[in-house]
Amino acid sequence: MPTETVSAFRKIANTTVDRRVLLAGAMGAATIPLLAACSTGGGSGTKKTETFTFGSNASDPVPKKAYANMVSKFITKTKDKVTTNTVDHNSFQNNINTYLQGSPDDAFTWFSGYRMRYYAAKGLAAPIDDVWDKIGGSFSAGLKAASTGDDGHQYFVPNYNYPWGFFYRKSLWADKGYEIPTKFDDLVTLAKKMQADGIIPIGFADKDAWPACGTFDYINMRLNGYKFHLDLCAHKESWDQPKVQKIFDTWKELLPYQDPSALGATWQDAATALAAKKTGMYLLGSFVTQQFTDPAVLADIDFFAFPEIAVEGQDAVEAPIDGLMLSKRGGQNQGAKDLLAFLGSPAGQEAYYAIDKSNLMTVKGADTSGYSAFSKKLAGVIADAKNISQFFDRDALPAMASNVLEPAMQAFIKDGTVDIKNLESQAKTLYAAQ
Amino acid sequence: MTATPRGDVVASAGARERSGRFGRRRRSALLTRRDKIVLAVMVGIPTLIQLVFIWIPTLLSVGLSFVRWNGIAFSDIRPAGLSNYTYVFKDYPPFWPALEHNVLWLVFLGVIATPLGLLLAVLLDQPLRGSRIYQSIFFVPVMLSLALIGIIWQLFYSQNAGLLNFLLGTAGTPRAVDWLGDSNVNIWAALVAATWRHAGYVMVLYLAGLKGVDPSLREAASIDGANARQVFFRIVFPVMRPINIVIIVITLIESLRAFDVVYVINRGTNGLELISALVIQNLVGEGQVIGVGSALAVILLVISLVPIIIYLSRTFKKDAA
Repeated sequence: MPTETVSAFRKIANTTVDRRVLLAGAMGAATIPLLAACSTGGGSGTKKTETFTFGSNASDPVPKKAYANMVSKFITKTKDKVTTNTVDHNSFQNNINTYLQGSPDDAFTWFSGYRMRYYAAKGLAAPIDDVWDKIGGSFSAGLKAASTGDDGHQYFVPNYNYPWGFFYRKSLWADKGYEIPTKFDDLVTLAKKMQADGIIPIGFADKDAWPACGTFDYINMRLNGYKFHLDLCAHKESWDQPKVQKIFDTWKELLPYQDPSALGATWQDAATALAAKKTGMYLLGSFVTQQFTDPAVLADIDFFAFPEIAVEGQDAVEAPIDGLMLSKRGGQNQGAKDLLAFLGSPAGQEAYYAIDKSNLMTVKGADTSGYSAFSKKLAGVIADAKNISQFFDRDALPAMASNVLEPAMQAFIKDGTVDIKNLESQAKTLYAAQ
Repeated sequence: MTATPRGDVVASAGARERSGRFGRRRRSALLTRRDKIVLAVMVGIPTLIQLVFIWIPTLLSVGLSFVRWNGIAFSDIRPAGLSNYTYVFKDYPPFWPALEHNVLWLVFLGVIATPLGLLLAVLLDQPLRGSRIYQSIFFVPVMLSLALIGIIWQLFYSQNAGLLNFLLGTAGTPRAVDWLGDSNVNIWAALVAATWRHAGYVMVLYLAGLKGVDPSLREAASIDGANARQVFFRIVFPVMRPINIVIIVITLIESLRAFDVVYVINRGTNGLELISALVIQNLVGEGQVIGVGSALAVILLVISLVPIIIYLSRTFKKDAA
């Protein structure tokens, strides 16, 4: 139902543009503002040509081309002048502090989560409630909440997201007669069986320290609930309590079945091991599929959600969202706001998705006919989720993730011990510095 | 860079001689207004550069180590007293392992890498065919960039595709050693990589030093009946004393600022903690905690001051004598 209305809306928008172009030739430029003011689908109200810059962290070839396609569609539509500045992905992330305080671009790529809310609260990002007035109807309540700062204003427009879960090879599971576990105990039983069959049950790679956050988050949310995950990330809950100890105790049951060479392997290594059927399943984000270059392997990959443990069943899904924000200066620029509104429309997200198909569009009414059955399944998991988490290093203070929890998890993977008292005293110092 | 300390000593000694002979007369008679301006500029600019690039940042780091700050607005700076230091010493788990690793690094470089460099220098100082080529080969690691070093050692140490496990015949089997991921062995793997760089460096310095040893000393010793070993340990090595001191200081400093090898392996985590890597982790990027990072930097500075002071006091003592 919403799909139809939105695509009808899009049709109107397209025809208005076409008509406007024709009329511009026939009747002269002076009439354009008048017509545009009448049209509903034109996007922005003002029709003067805006000039602004767009800072992108999409330095990998595919996302880079995807954003370029989105921007060029936007330029065709609005005739604005947009300069895209692409910066290496990791450098962009590492320098965000200085970037936002210096002379940032008007619009820039960023993530939902703590870091979005943090810069919003510090006044380094511009609220875009007026953009959300236009696009709000095409996003779910969960996505709107994920775009909202602590002050209740919106600061972020989602582009795409991707779910985390267990990936496995259908043919291997069919051969051995494995069944998808929905309860944690079933997972352990299955892992035991796989081990007996000479397969490493759970692929795992943590050389880069961040992938283990996925396991931590899921066990936490399944044990203590989504709210506790958020509060722990925001340090509203103490780390020094039985609930946190329970996360690690539960994890310890899985530890013997996770790839023992995890600490020396990258996620790409683990993906290769899954493709080679050396491991039975692998908990990662759906970007893992980028690594399966053999179409036969890719077609053989399937997905299941992290099994339920104690509370909330399988309600929560870890699905980090990437999108756009406006810098303080960008908040003054109508063109930059129009770009965000465009990305919040099916046309904008389709333009991006046309190039980069490894992620899922977030806007309602986007044309998903190009989705593979697998992508549809992933999208369904997100759509059905009651709560969407962003991954520990996006939901929590980044220093808490990179300096405290990630090294602690590496030590835990090594010897199965963790000192939650120490985690708490570190958390206290780090959050106090903010 | 490393040849400079010695070069400076020589140059300044020469300058001293000259000024002793002509200095007094020239200073009183020939120091015109223009000379004074030139002098002021020549002293002023380096001083300014020192001030801007070394002293001010150092003092700022010291200052920042006593505050809590998120790095955004200056109004967010809050005094923290010694809490950043107590955090580092008491609550920060990687700190003590990092310190141990730095000490281990020093011992390893001092006991293995530096003597290895000396050995290479002595061997290549012989009239050997293609000596230059060997020298270049051993010096190449010193010139390589971080990224290349990372790739080279990845090829060597990788658990399933690496050369080392292939040679051991364990590649692809469960017995394959995880050279970079196993925290019991990765520090040794990193030390071997560091030795690979350090030995080349030391070799070049000693080659220069050996060239500077007066050949007549060797001849005299040989005539007196000393064998090759005695000539080296009793004559050549002691004669190279200035170089030896430079090498000791370099080895000390290299082990304190050791960083690149562990950083390319895993950014200095999981058994490869080093103080310099902790400083970077806490000061640069997303994990930025300015107060803690500054406190770590100050600790590293204080440790580094010890060998620097010893070195400088020796140099000045010699100048004064």
